[in-house]
Amino acid sequence: MFLDAIKQFLRYSQKKSLWVFHVNTGSCNGCDIEILALFSSKYDAERFGIKLVGSPKHADILLVTGPVTTKSRDPLLRAYDMMPKPKAVVSVGVCSLSGGVFAKSYNVLGPVDNFIPVHVYIGGCSAHPNMILEGLLRAAQILCEEEELWSF
Amino acid sequence: MDKNKRFVLPIGPIHIALEEPIQLRLETEGNIVKNVQLKIGYVHRAIEFLLANKDFYQGIIVVERVCGICSHSHPTCFVQALEQIAEIEVPLRARYLRTLIGELERIHSHLLNTAITCEILGFKTLFVRFMNARENIKDLMEGISGHRGNYAFNTIGGVRKDLFEDEIHEVKKSIDSLEPEIFQLIETVLSNSILISRTKGIGVLTYQDAIDLSVVGPVARASGVDLDLRKDVAMPGAAYEFLEFEKVVEKDGDVLSRVKVRLLEMVESFKIIKQILKDLPKGTILTKKFVPIPKGIGISRWEAPRGGLIYYCITDGTDIPYRVKIRAPSFVNIYALNRILINQDVADVTLISGSIDPCFSCMQR
Repeated sequence: MFLDAIKQFLRYSQKKSLWVFHVNTGSCNGCDIEILALFSSKYDAERFGIKLVGSPKHADILLVTGPVTTKSRDPLLRAYDMMPKPKAVVSVGVCSLSGGVFAKSYNVLGPVDNFIPVHVYIGGCSAHPNMILEGLLRAAQILCEEEELWSF
Repeated sequence: MDKNKRFVLPIGPIHIALEEPIQLRLETEGNIVKNVQLKIGYVHRAIEFLLANKDFYQGIIVVERVCGICSHSHPTCFVQALEQIAEIEVPLRARYLRTLIGELERIHSHLLNTAITCEILGFKTLFVRFMNARENIKDLMEGISGHRGNYAFNTIGGVRKDLFEDEIHEVKKSIDSLEPEIFQLIETVLSNSILISRTKGIGVLTYQDAIDLSVVGPVARASGVDLDLRKDVAMPGAAYEFLEFEKVVEKDGDVLSRVKVRLLEMVESFKIIKQILKDLPKGTILTKKFVPIPKGIGISRWEAPRGGLIYYCITDGTDIPYRVKIRAPSFVNIYALNRILINQDVADVTLISGSIDPCFSCMQR
């Protein structure tokens, strides 16, 4: 009973303070720069309590940009495993959701959802900061409402 | 503990100080870096392989995604090589428009690098102001080309979008309002004693080292190497030969002079943009919609924001290029880290590696 109350409170508070960790798995820089722009003053994601953090161990949300290449697969999986539950994954840009123009390359293993579960997909090449912001807020909603993410 | 014992400090591949994945292995003695190893290849997407499987017009789209920051330089350099093979004369108006986007790209790239340098130094206010100025440039580019990041401006034999008279007027107006803002920021950086004392004498690349490592771009110019492809080579796709500007060369080769070169280059870029907007020649922007490319070899060069970019194309008369070799400027510049990080503080590593403006996705392609 008491634990449930704590859980309810945690769920509620999660919505207003998202900590985000960003992994580049082979992107062309375009989406990464837009993420940088998102956290600077014009788009200012911090007004929603969204913050970029330096370690996956602190993060609620994983932002992934780019198709998964052979060499960046292991760092991606390691970062995902390090994140505490509940966690959600947002894939940014068309390469991370389908491979994009790089799909037929020998070094690209595939889109991100072949390796880790993805909750929000953001299209665009490169994705606009407003779209990334909307995706992050959607991920916050999912993190708050989805029952599966809280069963641990 | 033994004082001379070496400790290997790995930074990366995923690290907060790095936008992109790369691994730096620093061999340190105490607080001093003694040896550096670079491990690259995390964002290798095999662009050259993809180019050999797509036709020329699809190739322009792929080449645009080599790097998200210099996404105008790469396609321009590529189509310039193909125009050389097909012996196409590019209309003068198209050449001017290419140069306009190229210079706007240079300004936004240099603003970004200076912003990141300020952030590494802990100067958050200046970081935010530089990023704000950059957003204005980005909006301008979105207005001209239709996209914030990948402009899709080039095609073989010209450009895809024209600037109308009222658009030129609007661009002129926003350039006039942006110029004093950016000049004031430049003055703030160059007169700030804390910023200067933090960057002076750090990460020195001597003239001889710059020649030996054959570095390019602002890194070379900061070490006194008089190298700027806009002046040095003929670019049949650009209009630099009709425009007046100066090379920016500094002597010291430290972090401060690299920052200085980038800031003063922005001033020159504003000069170029104003000239372009003033006397943009009239005429067509595209010679022919679809051009067959004959058999041949084309080499083209372009001064990207990070330095000289080289494309080497071999075609065999079919729709698909036989081989395209890309030499990106960051690939040459990154090996300067092996020289300039030695005997520096570990605390300065991010500052110094940020000062050569590395673009890992250009480098690893």
